[in-house]
Amino acid sequence: MKKNNEKRNTRLLEVFGLLLALLWLSPFYLMVVNAFKTKRGIFEGVLGIPEEFTFENFVKAFIELEFLKSLFNSVLITGLSILIIILFSSMAGYALARNKSKLSGAMFFVFVAAMLIPFQSVMIPLVAIFGQVDMLNAAGLIFMYLGFGCSLSIFLYHGAMTGISHSLDEAAIIDGANRFQTFWYIIFPLLKPISVTVAILNTIWIWNDYLLPSLVLSEANATIPLKMFYFFGQYTKQWHLALAGLTIAIIPVIIGYFFAQKQIIDGVSEGAVK
Amino acid sequence: MKNRSLSFWLFLTPVILGLGIVVVIPFIYGLFYSFTDWNGITANNFLGFENYIRLFQEDEFMNSIWFTIKFAVVTVLLLNVFGLGLALLVTRNMKSNNLMRTIFFMPNLIGGLILGFIWQFIFISVFGDVAGLTGIEGLSGWLSTTGTGFWGLVILTAWQMAGYIMIIYIAYLENVPKELIEASKIDGASALQRFKNVIFPLVAPAFTVSMFLTLSMSFKIYDQNLSLTAGGPFNSTQMVAMEIVRTAFSDREMAYAQAKAVIFFLIVAVIALTQVYYNKKREVDV
Repeated sequence: MKKNNEKRNTRLLEVFGLLLALLWLSPFYLMVVNAFKTKRGIFEGVLGIPEEFTFENFVKAFIELEFLKSLFNSVLITGLSILIIILFSSMAGYALARNKSKLSGAMFFVFVAAMLIPFQSVMIPLVAIFGQVDMLNAAGLIFMYLGFGCSLSIFLYHGAMTGISHSLDEAAIIDGANRFQTFWYIIFPLLKPISVTVAILNTIWIWNDYLLPSLVLSEANATIPLKMFYFFGQYTKQWHLALAGLTIAIIPVIIGYFFAQKQIIDGVSEGAVK
Repeated sequence: MKNRSLSFWLFLTPVILGLGIVVVIPFIYGLFYSFTDWNGITANNFLGFENYIRLFQEDEFMNSIWFTIKFAVVTVLLLNVFGLGLALLVTRNMKSNNLMRTIFFMPNLIGGLILGFIWQFIFISVFGDVAGLTGIEGLSGWLSTTGTGFWGLVILTAWQMAGYIMIIYIAYLENVPKELIEASKIDGASALQRFKNVIFPLVAPAFTVSMFLTLSMSFKIYDQNLSLTAGGPFNSTQMVAMEIVRTAFSDREMAYAQAKAVIFFLIVAVIALTQVYYNKKREVDV
């Protein structure tokens, strides 16, 4: 009797949960469904399915967003930033974890403490300094992402190093490997799970970052969020076009999420709890 | 690896340069320039605390601080209630657990700028339409007043980040030993008693973690603010981060904006250090 009650409650809860999930998705439904409407169609009503479907909004938004170019810029900047963050942070995490001196501990503390500083507190001098040496461009931006991304990444790598035995290093050194070979061939492959986490956590914020690229990049090199901002400003109150643009901008993220859901959720969980 | 060894320093050089040039040096520069009349290129006069005195007398800046504090308090409460609620929901023995987790978490992956634009459409057009259909007056004219702008930002942020907080609570909930739950069932505890006496004490650390995480997240919000209300009407929904950006890059008062940025740093740092203090204290208690 009690078992049955509990089963029924769980079933009811599941229905409630699924309805809530639909409500959670409703903003995306409203975005997509209205992106297929004409300007008039939106005027007549925003809730229902369009009476006549039109793809014109997407074609126009795709062209105006210079989508392939913006996508390329986003992929290039995010990809290169992630590569150098992974490489340099793992090296630093390794060196700091294998050196037990006070100096090493103090340096680790500085890297972690830097996470306290919010972006807006360094943004103005940062842009001024990079402007004076003519580095307000994609290369400068990637270097800035290394600076902002390395703290948390070093922290995660440093934590992961405690699970890797010293005897591995020593064996490699006795066999005649130097420090770089030891790191690259023995340690770095063992850090792969944490590298996936580091890649995911940094990709999420760098891919979506708007403010820093808006201060650093010219319109010709705009990433997707930056281009989206210009596009939206140009087509205020022309919702059929704006929504088509927003839909296009989201597609790469949805595709990525579809293929890597488990890794993304696990990675975020790991990054948040530590 | 020894301090004197070359390889130790070679391994660290890239990140020392990165953090040094991007964060540490600008931070120190900024601190210094906030006491001058720096215009972004040169500083001619040392002003002492003049910029700081001025910002405490500026209505717009103080308003943005109050607005941000109100926003943060409401958002932190809602996010934790939703986050814990969702986590309790999807950790039950159900077939669609994973599907629900995937859906609730999804808004986190999309940038605040894009989500803000989508919700601008919802608050203005969709709410307007629904108001017309149902005659509910309260749904029309959203984002055109300070109050609706405030709640718009709260709803957007709660919707976007609840899934993230859910993930944190899930991590702690899944660490609650199954035997404890079973034992409490055998002893005849109701679901409410079980939550209050068994689960809650075990996930209490998750509260500290998410409280402070959500608090510092909601203090630093910028993208959502820019795309949803752009600070309007009349800068009344402008949060601190946005106020700083505007003072620097629209008004071009670099030194003055930097003084605001220093105050902003102090607020965020106090929040974070309080968390560290509580964590340490809890570790001692356990």
